[in-house]
Amino acid sequence: MATGLASKRLMKELAEIKSKGTPPGITLLSAEDMQVWLFSIQVLGDETIYKGETFALKMKFGPRYPIECPEVTFVADQTYNAVIPIHPHCYSNGHICASILGNEWSPVLNCVAICITMQSMLASNKKKERPQGNDRYVRNAPSNPKLTRWHYDDDTV
Amino acid sequence: MSSDDEANDIYYDDDDYGDDFDGQAGSAEDESMSEPDAEGYDVLSPSIDDLPQKKPYDVTYKVRTVQEIMDMQNREVQKIHALLDIPTSTAAILLRHHVWNSEKLQEAYFTDPEQTLLDAGLSPPSSPSPVKRTRSQHTVPFECPICCMDFTKEQVEDLTLTMGCGHRFCRTCWTEYISGKIRDEGESARIQCMGEACKRIVRPELVDELVPGELSKKYHNLLNAAYVADSPSLRWCPHPGCEHVIECHQVPPRMLNQLVPTVKCDCGRFLCFGCGYAGNHRPVLCKIVKMWEKKCADDSETANWLQANTKECTKCQSTIEKNGGCNHMTCKKCKWEFCWVCMGPWSEHGTSWYQCNRFDEKSGIDARDTQAKSRASLERYLHYFTRYANHDQSAKLDAVFYTTTENRMKAMQTQGLSWIETVFMRNAVDTIIAARITLKYSYAMAFYLVRNNDTEIFESNQTDLEMAVENLSHQLETNPEPDILMKMKQDITNLSAYVKKRSDILLDDVLTGYFEGRWKFTVTV
Repeated sequence: MATGLASKRLMKELAEIKSKGTPPGITLLSAEDMQVWLFSIQVLGDETIYKGETFALKMKFGPRYPIECPEVTFVADQTYNAVIPIHPHCYSNGHICASILGNEWSPVLNCVAICITMQSMLASNKKKERPQGNDRYVRNAPSNPKLTRWHYDDDTV
Repeated sequence: MSSDDEANDIYYDDDDYGDDFDGQAGSAEDESMSEPDAEGYDVLSPSIDDLPQKKPYDVTYKVRTVQEIMDMQNREVQKIHALLDIPTSTAAILLRHHVWNSEKLQEAYFTDPEQTLLDAGLSPPSSPSPVKRTRSQHTVPFECPICCMDFTKEQVEDLTLTMGCGHRFCRTCWTEYISGKIRDEGESARIQCMGEACKRIVRPELVDELVPGELSKKYHNLLNAAYVADSPSLRWCPHPGCEHVIECHQVPPRMLNQLVPTVKCDCGRFLCFGCGYAGNHRPVLCKIVKMWEKKCADDSETANWLQANTKECTKCQSTIEKNGGCNHMTCKKCKWEFCWVCMGPWSEHGTSWYQCNRFDEKSGIDARDTQAKSRASLERYLHYFTRYANHDQSAKLDAVFYTTTENRMKAMQTQGLSWIETVFMRNAVDTIIAARITLKYSYAMAFYLVRNNDTEIFESNQTDLEMAVENLSHQLETNPEPDILMKMKQDITNLSAYVKKRSDILLDDVLTGYFEGRWKFTVTV
């Protein structure tokens, strides 16, 4: 449950999204409470290999947000026709290997910043493939991706 | 603390180093006089004659307290502080960033001071030092970008904070952030500014100022732990509840295939400086003990089955639980005497050579088909494992035996012996436990040894020690008539001395053998 710190900050983010809107290709799908938010992400332009696809990004906030990073995963969602992107940093269970969701998280980052990073991660990809060892990871992965010890080794995509 | 104090410390401790070369005997002597041992006996541990002489395969070391570890760091910091003419706190951060490699740091700093400071997460010298915060006037109100709290321009100076990198946040967020890093992530020297991609390091002074006492204590413990972990010549005592650090400069990792650097901490317990093993795993090498224990853990099902504390009497099949250290078993039911290790009749052990530590490898060579071969190899493993586990178990039982011994010592005192005359009993138990531990690891070694003449000698040393230990163990368990008390004392003292001698012979042979490259293993070490 979000405490004072988290809820005040999330209210503020929400107000900002409502007044200023979100960047192109990013939409806030639901923010029913101060615990779980759902965004949709599309990669715009003709260059992308994800043209026409929609992805849903789920963010789960702990009481220590934004000191601690939220739990961020891609989800498959039929309501929004969203699938989990095929990307060398996205496992088929929706877990994402990205340094800003781990050791490079900074409390000044926010939900929209995470969405932008995910969008650009997808945009720079040229080849649809799953990460190496996807099946093995998915079989053994904890439900919370933050419990996985990530090793960030590829800055190109 | 003034820097003069620090300077004095340096000289004081340099003297300390000099004393080191007087060898282990000196410091061990102090220990035995002052240190209560684990079982609560506080006086008269082994007498001075019993003290181990320093052998060529022993390492010189020093046991350090946490305070001394802190002093060591301070000395390094003071040196850099004087040499580079920078504040001590800056020097400390630079040293930590360069993993306490003072030469590398100096080289880097003399080449490019600005870059060196930046790389370590410090503000370049041109910008104002964050320590001496000047009371500047803030002209605009401030909203903390993390918690979104608003601060009036009057509040900004007191309630918000920046580390000179331009990222300003409120003190509550700073405290929350730093506390989390220390408490949840065990971070210390690498806590950075909260700003995105900002590498500025949070200084210890700021940590102390912001987080509650308990956490700031943990922070400094973590800094110390990192210092010890980064230094190849330091190692924490691995025993629970002990906060000492062993300092030893003689054991680079490449030496570990010819040295078993067993050291004794001031807490009275042994550890291996090479691998951090919480005990004395001599005579076997670090790498082999690790392999062996892994093998035993992997084969745990078999091991579990084997480790079961009961065996059947070989004659009447009654189930017997071993509750003492001696391997000479007498069945309560049928009075059959047999050996707990090989289960053969005891009569064959008493007079002839004690053969049950050897394993007849011929069966392995002669095995025709692969099934027989694999069975032989399993049998071979089980052979060594049983003996290993047996001595392990016996050593543990002997530790329980301390209490019994204590009672018997009291009983003897009622029979006319003074307390001091009964101490031999306890010394005998000490000797037996140490010898059993040596024997235990000698079986791990034997498992990996290639069969050759040296191995024959090793096994014969093992046999002799094993026999000596069983004799002493048996003698300790018999309750003598009061009139032969003095004779028993004589016997036990003699047997103890013999066990010690056999133990030394085995260890000498193996440990000098490493230097000479005499041992050939079936695995690479």
